[in-house]
Amino acid sequence: MRRFGAFHLAALVAGFAFLYLPIVALVAYSFNASRLVTVWGGFSTHWYGALLSNQPLLDAAWLTIRVALVSATLATVLGTLAALALARYRIFTGRTLFSGMVMAPLVMPEVITGLSLLLLFVAGDVERGYWTVVIAHATFSLGFACIVVQARLAGFDRSLEEAARDLGATPAETFRTVTLPLIWPAVAAAWMLAFTLSLDDLVIASFTTGPGATTLPMRLYSAIRLGVTPEINAACTIMIAAVAVAVIGASLLMKRDALAGR
Amino acid sequence: MSTPVPRSGGTGRGLLVAAIPYLWLLAFFLAPFVIVLRIALSDAATDQPPYAPHFPGFGQLGEFLSALDLENFRLLGDDPLYWQSYLSSLRIAGLTTLIALAIGYPLAHAMALAPKRWQGILLVLVILPFWTSFLIRVYAWIGILRPDGLLDMALMGIGLTSEPLRLLNTDAAVLIGMVYSYLPFMVLPLFSTLQKLDGTLLEAASDLGATPLTTFLTVTLPLSIPGILAGSALVFIPAIGEFVIPDLLGGSDTLMVGKVLWNEFFSNRDWPLASAVAIVLLVVLVLPLMLLQRARGQGEGGVR
Repeated sequence: MRRFGAFHLAALVAGFAFLYLPIVALVAYSFNASRLVTVWGGFSTHWYGALLSNQPLLDAAWLTIRVALVSATLATVLGTLAALALARYRIFTGRTLFSGMVMAPLVMPEVITGLSLLLLFVAGDVERGYWTVVIAHATFSLGFACIVVQARLAGFDRSLEEAARDLGATPAETFRTVTLPLIWPAVAAAWMLAFTLSLDDLVIASFTTGPGATTLPMRLYSAIRLGVTPEINAACTIMIAAVAVAVIGASLLMKRDALAGR
Repeated sequence: MSTPVPRSGGTGRGLLVAAIPYLWLLAFFLAPFVIVLRIALSDAATDQPPYAPHFPGFGQLGEFLSALDLENFRLLGDDPLYWQSYLSSLRIAGLTTLIALAIGYPLAHAMALAPKRWQGILLVLVILPFWTSFLIRVYAWIGILRPDGLLDMALMGIGLTSEPLRLLNTDAAVLIGMVYSYLPFMVLPLFSTLQKLDGTLLEAASDLGATPLTTFLTVTLPLSIPGILAGSALVFIPAIGEFVIPDLLGGSDTLMVGKVLWNEFFSNRDWPLASAVAIVLLVVLVLPLMLLQRARGQGEGGVR
């Protein structure tokens, strides 16, 4: 009855073609020698060379990476703490408000998150730039990090921690030597997710940034508004490749970790 | 497990664990909303950028409260641009959800039926596009949908159409981009529901003489409703407030709240009105959010 038939194969092929053909086309046209996007002028890596001399784009890329590194780390630390608090302390004052605030950014439209944070920074008379974007990104990716760690904590064997405490470990030692090593894959995955969310964000960064702090998505967005060029395709291809390598690497690491752990 | 084990010193430390993210969220999540609400209730003239919004001292509180008004919200109701953009957002988000369901259900169903050893790979293949930049995925569709783009080249190449379709900068392009971007959100919950489906129920149905179609309609489909609800909410909710897709793929007549808010803010520089648009958008989202919450509850209930 539950047989995998021709119809299911067709659904798989059509579904994945829909998901992947646009990306394949984008990558293919980044190697087009012709500037005209509709004409195939032969294979060329010319546009990748052109990217290297595009200083504003390189600056934006570097800024974006710096924002992502710091905001992902902040979000992971805060998200892990939040997950621990929610998993370990079932009752505390304001728990409902707390879990609501952790989860809300997951479904909050980016335009609202961006607008509200900007208004906060303006009200506090904070100079906008690198740090305001970092804070904004850490705030909205905190909830994602929390969910990932929470999933791991749900299947956590607490008797291991109790054993450590019974053997005389302080709570800090217990956390460092028992809890953290056990939830480590989830913490790493949470960091990866927060990092990619930050790299990817256009809307929140546009609201919360200031003069001199233009991120890569903001540069790409203004370039895309002007039209399709092979140079943008090349920049996108590099980003896709970087993400693909990171995701595949991370999943391999986690698989090895899971095999070693069992 | 349901209550914290009272340990000497444990409560204080637990307080600290919760306090750091708690304070962070109070400062950077809740406080901003209070400010949005405050600015939405103020006059355009007194809070026009780049001036900082002034907050009163405690002495002026009465004066401050009397200065609050609903003028911005009245404007939202009076000008058809605004309520039409909410309606149009709901319509586009609804259509996106239906199309994503129509494409995502067969895909998720096939994934759940595929041999176990494929399933891990298939799951990664669905998630992978989610990791690539949103902007890049939208950009890819500009290259496909633009006049004389890849779609036109392909269709005219095989002789299906004789002239460019001119899809870019239409609502249809927005729908395509939305479905494409949010499809993984639909497929993942559907897959996890369908995968957990009890095979013996299907066998029982067919043993009792049901055709595959009847089995699907009377067993599979009703049992996958939690997945359908969760997937639909996960697509519908972000689609309503979407800005990038209607801006890059839509035309000048594509009305969506996210775009209106962005324009009020960046082009018209009317911060109070943009804040009012944001508040109403949040109110619009309350119902689908409650649905999502219910779907989650049902999904968890189904496992037990």
